[in-house]
Amino acid sequence: MPTRLKYGMTAAVVLSIASAAFAAGHLTQEQQRAMDTRQAHMTLLAFNIGPLGGMAQDKIPYDAEVAATAAANLAALATIDQAGYWVEGTDASIEGSRAKAEIWTDSTGFAAEQEKLLTATAALAAVAGDGLDQMKAAFGPVGGTCGSCHEAYRAPRN
Amino acid sequence: MSWRLIGLGALAAVGAGWFATRPAPLPAEALDGLTGDPVRGQITFAAAGCASCHTSEDGPPDVLSGGRVFQSDFGSFIAPNISPDPVHGVGAWSDLELASAIMQGVGRDGRHLYPAFPYTSYNKAEPQDIVDLIAYMRSLPASDKPNTPHDLGFPFNQRITLGPWKLLFSNENWVLSDPATPSIERGRYLAESLGHCAECHTPRGALGGLDRARWMAGAPHPSGEGRIPNITSAELDWSESDIASYLKSGFTPEFDSAGGEMAAVIRNTSQLTDADRAAIAAYLKAIPPVPN
Repeated sequence: MPTRLKYGMTAAVVLSIASAAFAAGHLTQEQQRAMDTRQAHMTLLAFNIGPLGGMAQDKIPYDAEVAATAAANLAALATIDQAGYWVEGTDASIEGSRAKAEIWTDSTGFAAEQEKLLTATAALAAVAGDGLDQMKAAFGPVGGTCGSCHEAYRAPRN
Repeated sequence: MSWRLIGLGALAAVGAGWFATRPAPLPAEALDGLTGDPVRGQITFAAAGCASCHTSEDGPPDVLSGGRVFQSDFGSFIAPNISPDPVHGVGAWSDLELASAIMQGVGRDGRHLYPAFPYTSYNKAEPQDIVDLIAYMRSLPASDKPNTPHDLGFPFNQRITLGPWKLLFSNENWVLSDPATPSIERGRYLAESLGHCAECHTPRGALGGLDRARWMAGAPHPSGEGRIPNITSAELDWSESDIASYLKSGFTPEFDSAGGEMAAVIRNTSQLTDADRAAIAAYLKAIPPVPN
């Protein structure tokens, strides 16, 4: 076989293997954007839980204004409609996703968890600026909803 | 030598093996002089994580009706009813019978229990804590939910195999042999015995025995999906205060929140004292770091 042909065939084989591998690990643009966005939403929640959690754990001093702002942000984040986040084919079997299949198979239970977050964050936002004890009491149920939703609908890290 | 003699010899060897590994309940006097205190028992109950496995998925948190399914490489284990119901639960069991189940893995019928029930950790518990725990369990509501048998493949469905298994893998020695402070020693008790952390956080060999050389170094999740994390200081770089806060609130230092089975563990550890949570954290810093 002429050398040039041999190189050409090798290149073709390498290319086809590479593109097959690419296709297998590749999400559609819609799937990737949905995953990125819902993970960013979680980051926003965690960012705003930060100061409240620090105050509730007595690690930073209570500041009514900071607490009220963070709680208002949490309550606003909880109202965002997530319908576009949970695109088919983006469960934990996909690299980078920890969304359990139950999000799709038990959508009623999953919606109930979102409802719990909405209720708990609204209650927290109503009192977060009123004093440390009030904030602490209303913060507990918010942490509880994080835990119960992650318990049922988030897969372990790989 | 005739075949009959060889056959007799083989039978004797099997018999001796069975005899050496037969179920061994606690001695009759093991709980003599001990009186259970249900108030202290409630804390022990939380520390030992009983409710996380023995409540049903949709039932109230204080009804130990059983029914949860635990997948493993050996088949499915289904948690039994351990509520005080005298027929379907353990209400008719004596304290000694219950303590034998908890600490020795021997049922009231004298059979070996499967080590999905972490008696290989509870065997290091203080008998006083166990009678307190039993007193508390007796105060909880009864459930008349019937038990469902485990669904295991051969030969794991033969309980006689559990005798040799216990001989090989049940160990009454602490992994951390020389705790440097009373707090680390308390943390060792909570983590290695009552809390049975290693049952999930330590990898297992082919027969299901814990790999004590990789203590708390993480393991594949028994469901087959994902991993249970390495919590030795080689991989977990949180401060002791971070760990204690996590065990209280479920929040990581980045304010992510615990999920999966760990969310149920946090419901238990959140009931402990601050000193006990700090003790667990100190213990985790004291065990050997094991890189991934």
